[in-house]
Amino acid sequence: MTSSPIRFVPGGRKALRDWRDDTKPLLKVDDLHVEFRTREGVAKAINGVSFDLAEGETLAILGESGSGKSVTAQAIMGIIDTPPGYVTGGRVEYYGTDLLAMPEKERQSVRGAQIAMIFQDSLSALNPVLPVGWQIAEMMRIHWGMNKSDAMTRAVSLMERVRIPGAAQRVNAFPHQFSGGMRQRIMIAMAIALDPAVLIADEPTTALDVTVQAQIMRLLEELQDERQMGLILITHDLGVVADVADRIAVMYAGRIVETGGIYDAYAAPSHAYTRGLLDSIPRHDQKGETLYAIGGLPPSLTRIPAGCAFNPRCRYATDDCRVGAPPPLVEVRPSQWSACLHAEEVIADAQR
Amino acid sequence: MPSGEVILEARDLVKHYPIKTGVIRRTTGHVRAVDGVSFDLHRGETLGVVGESGCGKSTLGRMLMRLEEPTGGSLRFGDVDVYSQSGAAMRRLRRDIQIVFQDPYTSLDPRKTVGDIVVEPFQIHPDFLPRNKWRARVRELLDLVGLNPEHINRYPHQFSGGQRQRIGIARGIALNPKVLICDEPVSALDVSVQAQVVNLLESLQDELGLAYVFIAHDLSVVRHISDRVAVMYLGKIVEIGDDQQIYERPTHPYTQALQSAVPVPDPAVRGQREQIVLQGDVPSPANPPKGCRFHTRCWKAQAICATTEPPLAVASDGAGEHAVACHFPEVRAAIAP
Repeated sequence: MTSSPIRFVPGGRKALRDWRDDTKPLLKVDDLHVEFRTREGVAKAINGVSFDLAEGETLAILGESGSGKSVTAQAIMGIIDTPPGYVTGGRVEYYGTDLLAMPEKERQSVRGAQIAMIFQDSLSALNPVLPVGWQIAEMMRIHWGMNKSDAMTRAVSLMERVRIPGAAQRVNAFPHQFSGGMRQRIMIAMAIALDPAVLIADEPTTALDVTVQAQIMRLLEELQDERQMGLILITHDLGVVADVADRIAVMYAGRIVETGGIYDAYAAPSHAYTRGLLDSIPRHDQKGETLYAIGGLPPSLTRIPAGCAFNPRCRYATDDCRVGAPPPLVEVRPSQWSACLHAEEVIADAQR
Repeated sequence: MPSGEVILEARDLVKHYPIKTGVIRRTTGHVRAVDGVSFDLHRGETLGVVGESGCGKSTLGRMLMRLEEPTGGSLRFGDVDVYSQSGAAMRRLRRDIQIVFQDPYTSLDPRKTVGDIVVEPFQIHPDFLPRNKWRARVRELLDLVGLNPEHINRYPHQFSGGQRQRIGIARGIALNPKVLICDEPVSALDVSVQAQVVNLLESLQDELGLAYVFIAHDLSVVRHISDRVAVMYLGKIVEIGDDQQIYERPTHPYTQALQSAVPVPDPAVRGQREQIVLQGDVPSPANPPKGCRFHTRCWKAQAICATTEPPLAVASDGAGEHAVACHFPEVRAAIAP
């Protein structure tokens, strides 16, 4: 993002109540496609992702590196670098308005104000040469046209809200003067500065120690409760997900392969990949035994296998899995959807 | 379980890094990265070392290899004093103690082929194996760690993270070491690939009788692989014991807090387990708190904790006893990860 001199974005003052429409879902992603055109070929990063999100709900998007989970977030935020990345299809609706069809000027007023994002690496996401208070205040100054001193006052109260000790004294400190956990809090303060309705957290605690991770997750939970935000939590950590999510969507090779309520998905996963992920976590009752490991590697996005993309690594795979179009998501249990041809078998195994 | 003879004996290991400031680089203080660590490692055993970033676990790993010169303390390998060896003798000793680094992306030279990387230990120790057998041995090693020996002429960037870590492991075991120090070997890997590498390390241990010092911050992986676990906080071991003792009956409040902070991958226990959320961050190792180093974040801290440092001493844990450095050790029921 270029840090140009402060200017006002038309429509920037449009508040949440102007957008809100109780007949439409908060956020709806429909058949999203994203590809990256590189010298090695076209990498199909997202191949038809659909989900929706309600107020106050936490949706966890789970997947390994290269599964497309971060790209999904970037597409919703509209921050994919073009070139090489192109959104080639689908809709991202915010209260029924398609963000992808919106002119860039108008989209700027949504980005940050209605839908905000927290990034994994707080050291590179924050500007190293500006004081943190200035960076938080910039949000209010640009979007709301707030004057400098009011914006600074609000920045301090936001820093207090995310429990940064001595906020008033540290408002002029630079990002490198904070610890990793504190920097992540500053990013959260920036993200909630404009009272967004949707918060996307992309691996918010991956770089942090477990004790700090627990603090940050608790803070996010609290803020979400208080503001009834819709939260999209992107992570590869099945433990963090189990603690906070209402629903999960498991991604593999740019598709959602399983989605449903967190309790069902963990108790009886219905996709072989979800099952494999859960089985590869070391459990203390299996000490001394060989860990279950999913063989092989995730596919290259320039050469996704035919049929189910997971078939070369799958212990359930049959010939049907290796041909044709990827299997669609099917409701295998009430509100549990799986894109596995052997879903029944996988569920039956889990229940045994 | 400590069964075989002691192979590595660390006593009061200390490593302080000077902090230099100003134009004349005057030393104004020290970062006390490792500050008095003692333990025994037995033949064929896995000692897990856990702790948060900055607790000194990686520095400890490097000291065991003598990649860092110690500020104090002694290290014995069998009956050899590691830190008094010089030149050729030290190089000879390094055959027996090898290391696998955390980041498979930066610990492999991008301009060398896999063959060049894995053959390097033989070049440094030419009397280990006659030259004409190097190539064949490299192929064997690649096969042993689950890589295709045909890929000997490929470059690191042609491999995935998990495969690169296998290359690092092949290099680490090339000289048949007795001790392999694994510094966060699976932290950079995805869950599904992590399990493959953990399995590989376990099967290599069974085949080759290696002893591991397994340094990691992931408590559940450490539990899976370790016979004994040492918990570090600000340069010191605060608790050490076997996996039952550390995970089922921890008596140090830091160990308890660390474990309770690990999210359990089962939504069914959500809200049912007690989580101890520690306040604040780990203090700076340049200026650690007086007395017990954990007292600034400890909910049980009393006056004595701020003044007197508790020694690492054996204390009761309900079912038995193990070593802990706390004035008020006490068992607390916890759901282990």
